[in-house]
Parts: sequence; structure tokens; C-alpha cells
Amino acid sequence: MKYLITFITLLVVYLFLAGFVIEEVILGSFVSAVLTILLANRLNFKVDWHFPLKLIKFIFVYIPVFIWKLILANIDVARRVLSFKIPLNPGIVKVKTNLKGDLGKLTLANSITLTPGTLSIDVEDDCIYVHTIDVKKSSKDQNQKEISGPFEKILGGIFE
Amino acid sequence: MTIVSYIFLIIGAMFFLLGGLGVLRMPDTFNRIQAGTKATTLGAFSIVIGVIFGSVENHLDWIPKLIIIIVFIAISSPIGSSTIAKATYRSKNIPDNLVQDDFKKRGENQ
Repeated sequence: MKYLITFITLLVVYLFLAGFVIEEVILGSFVSAVLTILLANRLNFKVDWHFPLKLIKFIFVYIPVFIWKLILANIDVARRVLSFKIPLNPGIVKVKTNLKGDLGKLTLANSITLTPGTLSIDVEDDCIYVHTIDVKKSSKDQNQKEISGPFEKILGGIFE
Repeated sequence: MTIVSYIFLIIGAMFFLLGGLGVLRMPDTFNRIQAGTKATTLGAFSIVIGVIFGSVENHLDWIPKLIIIIVFIAISSPIGSSTIAKATYRSKNIPDNLVQDDFKKRGENQ
């Protein structure tokens, strides 16, 4: 299973870059087969039978939310940049996450960076340190809910 | 198709302009990184999507490559920005307008 997924990924990237011609398919499968035999044991990932389902969920649930948040983030940046006096209340807050896997944490940190007003600085065990443009003084939970809430739920369903 | 492509290219150029303005106008490093990352990521997406629409008619084989470009930008841009932010913090170049700083309390001298 691991070999198969490595092979398919390599072949798809090769064909995307080289073009879908019959000669390229033959050469590409040869190259990916050799690379798969060399690499697959050293790659550190686990796959199970839920993998295709997770991939479909990732593409159709996570990516639309992500793009919507990215557009919101850009409108937010535009609003701040174009106003005369830039409204700022910056600070670094600590956000706890329930995701376990490394890939899940990476995706969560990347999503946090690209959502409005936040920038993840470092990941440590189960905390992400986030620089945010607008700290809510009132309570810690509110910050946390606002920063990682929407993605935490979606990614929890995918990477667990 | 050409018109749609031009619209996306113009939107992307506008986001790049806003990102540049943000880098100039924001008061400290972290906020500059934020403005730079977000605006240029969506700007690059938009420009590549514009090129995709423009190449539908006579360069159909460019489209997979452009999709790969989008994926790599989406992965590498946030990682780069957060690495710069961490390096900024490590070099003790911390702006003094932070109202809250949880990052200080962790074991900084490791």
C-alpha cells in the first residue's frame, strides 16, 4: 500500500510536469518505480484504507473553506493598509490544538498563517504560538476559538 | 476566456500592490510579514489562475504545470513567513507594542 501510494504520487507529479504523451508515461513509470523502490522504506508516513476518503474530504471540504478565509484575509489586509491610521492591537498568544499527527499540525499552522490577522510563529508539542494583529483582552478562550476554531474541526475529521 | 484571464491578472496585480503598500506602511516586523504573506499568496494564486484561463485556448498542456505551481506556493509561502517570524524573535528584534507575549515564557535558551 505504501509502495503504491508513493508510486502514484511520483508518477502524477512526473506526468503533470512532462505532459501526457505515451513515451512520457512509459519513461515516467520506469523512473517512479526505481525511485519508489529506493525511497519508500525511508519515507515516514502511514497509510490505511481510509486514505482516498480522507483525500476527497480534504479537497472538497477543507480547500473551499481555506480559499474563502484567504480572500477574507486579503480584504482585511486591504482595509488595514488603506485606512489612514492603521488599527493595531498586536500580541503573541498560545493556542492549544488537539491534532496529533505532524501533517495535521503543519496544515493547521499554515491555515492559521493565511487567515485574517494571524501568523503562526512556532509549533511546540501541542501548542502553536500565534502572532495576532488584534488580541481580545477579555478571555483566552475567545482568542483560541477565533484563531483555530473553524480549521480545527475540519482537520480533526481528516487527519485522525 | 481572454477577458476572464485579464480580469484575474489585474486582480492579482492589485493584491501585489496592496501587499507592497502593507510592507511599507505597517509599523513593525511581524505585521509587515503578515501583510506581505497574505497579499502575495492570493496575488500569486490569482495571477496563475489568470494564466490558466489564458492558456485554455492554445496551450492546454501548461495547465497541469500551473496547478503544481499553485500547490507549491500554497505550501511554501506560509512556512517561509513563519520561519522569518521565528528568526525575528530569536534575534531579539522584538517590537515593543505587543500587548501580550506568550512566546517569552517558553524555554527560550535551548
